Parts: sequence; C-alpha cells; structure tokens
Amino acid sequence: MKKIEAIVRQTHFEEIKQALFDADINWFSYAEVKAIGQDREDRIYRGVMYSTDIISRIEITIVCREQFVEPAIQAIMKAGRTGEVGDGRIFVSPVDDTWSIRTGEHGDEVLRDKK
Amino acid sequence: MNEIALSLDTVWMLLAAMLVFWMQPGFALCEAGLTRSKNTANILMKNFVDFIFGSIIFFFVGFGLMFGNDGDGFVGMPNWGDLSFYKGNLPVEGFLMFQTVFCATSATIVSGAMAERTKFSTYLIYSAIISLFIYPIEGHWTWGGGWLGKMGFHDFAGSAIVHSVGGVLALIGAMALGPRRGKYGKDGRSRAIPGHNLTLASLGVFILWMGWFGFNPGSQLAASGEVNRLAISHVFLTTNLAAAAGGAATLFVTWIKYGKPSLSMMLNGILAGLVGVTAGCDVVSPVGALLIGLTCGTVLVFAIELIDHKLHIDDPVGAASVHGVCGILGTLMTGLLAVDGGLLYGGGWKMLGVQSFGILVIDLWAAVCGVILFYGIRKVKGLRVESRVEEEGLDVYEHGESCYNG
Repeated sequence: MKKIEAIVRQTHFEEIKQALFDADINWFSYAEVKAIGQDREDRIYRGVMYSTDIISRIEITIVCREQFVEPAIQAIMKAGRTGEVGDGRIFVSPVDDTWSIRTGEHGDEVLRDKK
Repeated sequence: MNEIALSLDTVWMLLAAMLVFWMQPGFALCEAGLTRSKNTANILMKNFVDFIFGSIIFFFVGFGLMFGNDGDGFVGMPNWGDLSFYKGNLPVEGFLMFQTVFCATSATIVSGAMAERTKFSTYLIYSAIISLFIYPIEGHWTWGGGWLGKMGFHDFAGSAIVHSVGGVLALIGAMALGPRRGKYGKDGRSRAIPGHNLTLASLGVFILWMGWFGFNPGSQLAASGEVNRLAISHVFLTTNLAAAAGGAATLFVTWIKYGKPSLSMMLNGILAGLVGVTAGCDVVSPVGALLIGLTCGTVLVFAIELIDHKLHIDDPVGAASVHGVCGILGTLMTGLLAVDGGLLYGGGWKMLGVQSFGILVIDLWAAVCGVILFYGIRKVKGLRVESRVEEEGLDVYEHGESCYNG
C-alpha cells in the first residue's frame, strides 16, 4: 500500500480526476490548499502593484496498492502538466494499513482500486 | 402656495430623503468590502452609529444650529428638540428628516478612513461631535442663511459642505491614528492590504450611485411647476454623467498606469465623479458635468497615490481622496463651468473667487475642528486599539462577535 500526495493546478483538476479514473483510481480525497513555491501571481490593489507568492492549488491524496502507483503517477503527470513553473509535485510514501470504517475490514482488500 | 404643489414638493423631498438614507448601507457595504473580514462587524456598526447618534443629536441641537435664526450669520441657535422656529413652506418634520440624512452622510465618510484600528468608544465621540456642531455650523454658513451663502457661494447639494468636510476629517483622523500594522514596509514602501470582498464593495457603490439620485436632485427641495421639474431632471442627468465619466476616467487611467483596469480603484472613481458634480449639478451643462467627472476620476488616482505612497497616510477606502480632494475640486470647478457666471462661460473671476474662498473657510473649519478633536482624543484617551486587538481583529476583541462564522 502506498500513499500518493499530489499538489496540482486547480485549473487542471477536472482533467486529472478523469485521468485517475481511467487509471482505475476511483477513491481519493482532495483539498484546496495554499502553497508557496516558485510561481508568482501579479496583483494590483488600489494603486499598489505587488506580486504574491501565495498561490492556490489542489492537493490530491490517494491510497492504493503497489501496482496502481505507477499508472496513477503517469496519469497525474500527463493530465496536470503545462510545462510552466507551478505545475506542482507528487510525493509517494508507504502506508501500514487501511481500515474500512463501515465493515471493519482492513488490509489490501479494503482498497477499491480495481474494476 | 398651491396645496397640491406643496404636497408634491413634500413627497419629492421625502422620497429623496429615503434615497439619501439608502446611501448609509452603500457606505457600509463599500467600506466593509474594502477592509478585512476580521473587522467587518466593527465597520458595519460604525456606519450604524453614525446614523443612530446623528439622528438624535441633529434633532435636538444640530438642526437649530444649522437653520435657526441668528444675527450675524455665523451660527444658528440650538433648538433643543423644538421645531417651531422653522418658517419655511415645507413641513418642518420632513425638512428635518431631509437634513438629518445629509448630516449622517457627512459623518459616515470618516469611518472608512479610520477603519481597522480605531477604538469603538473613541469613534462614538467623533460621531457625536460632527453631528453636534462641526457639520451644523459650517452648514449654516451656506444653507442656513449664513454669511457664505449671502456672498454667493454656490454648493447645491454639498460637495464642500457635506463631502469635503467629511473628507478633511477623514484625512486628519487617519493621520492622527497612524497606518495599520504592516501597511508600510521597513523600506517605506506601501503594501497592499486587499479588502475582503469586492462584490460587497461594488454593491455598495451601485447603491451610493442610486442614493445620489436623491442627494442631488432632492436638494432642489421642490418638484412642482415647470422650473422645478426641469431642474430636477437636469440635475438627475448631470449627476449620472459625472458618475459615468468619473468611472470611465479612473478605468482608463489605471489601465494605462498599471497595465490593467482596476476595479477597486474604479469604484472610487465613480464616487469621485459624484462627489465632484454635487456642488454644481444644477448650474453646469451636461457636458460640464462630464468634464467634472473626467477631471475628478483622473485626479483621484494621483490623489490616492500621493496620500498613500508619498504622505504615508493610511486611508483604507480612499475617503480623503474621494470626498476631500474631489469635493474641493468639484466646488472650484463650479466656478469655472457654471453656465451663468462661470469663468469659462465668460462670467469672469468673481464666482471662481467666491468658490475658492468658500471652500477654503469651510475646510479650514473642518481641519481645525479635526485637529483639536482627533489629536485631543489621542492625548486624553487614545485613538487606537492595542496591537494585539488590531492583529486578531476588532470584531472579536471590541464587539465579541464576528461577521463570518461556521
């Protein structure tokens, strides 16, 4: 079991979501996050020009079995890339266990990352 | 006078009073939108107390100071709640209502400039004082039959009397307070503190624009007969054209200066045009009104930059630039563009001279009162909240409730 965390552009969320479905990932969570990185957004407010390094992104969190990790990563890379600064990052880490709150089952079988 | 005509005039005056009252929520939304969400309850409440205290105090004292009889034209007599002194044709209670909403407009201009850092208790003192005598006394000079009016000073609906006085007090209040924490960096550069909701601010400005259709045409104080129906229609048009021109000017000036058309600035630009045309809306031509709007909307951008970037006076909503600078500008431009008597229409320098003198004494009065009031309070009681309160927001610390929950 692995956890994939990806910080991606808000504008590409719909495409990434569809690409993940196509890669058989149909259970994940996401959140709107504020991020700081190399991207800058220029703003003007009442005559003061400034650039903000605080930018809005979406963080997707996926927990899946080993064989789905690579396809999921490829899906995010393909659907989320523009080539400009600010496309985001993907992090992969091991997960010890997974429990289903409803049934009380745990382990690999709980993950519904299969057709 | 004809009974029906008088009734028509009264209805028009009361309808206009309702529209001017509607400017209070306009100001409230505009100011709330241009400031941060942690101070929203505070700024809304300040807008309410301006009207609450203004209504009561103006009824008891201010109305008499402004319209009561006197010998030398400097100040009327406090009426102590007695309205029987008034000798005009219009019903005195309706006339009082109409004047009350004007007084409250002048008072509420200041809350935006002093937003996000003023003690609420201190603000109450200011709010009471302006309605008690600052506004009524200078108002008496022109509108109450006083000496400025007799000189021929022309301020139809209050560019000088209402707006510039509020604007000057706003500037001095903001100066006495000092800037919000974090407004100026260590290098002295101005930082942006974006308002939390430009949708609210925009609604506020639309409401103010609408309210001005009572503010200016209502100041005719009559609707019956050919003269009056032509006059209120003319004022309606000049008011709207100036607002549109003010907005257009600011839109294009910011587009050229900053590369993008700025909404937060254009909102001020519309108000700048409205404030500017208020003095001369009855005597300038529609093209003259356009010129006033264009000038005010252009000057506004530079006024905001001067006050913010150079003078380092932190005015979160631009009240000093909109109401102060453009109030003065509009009063002076009346002397240029009045069809009858204006300099550009061959009327000579006399009217421009009187306009200049009038705006000078009115704003000198406001400035002296403002300095004594705000710097006095600062010495005796303190104007500002503690830095911790300012950081966490006035809503929670000053009022114990916040606007946005859940």
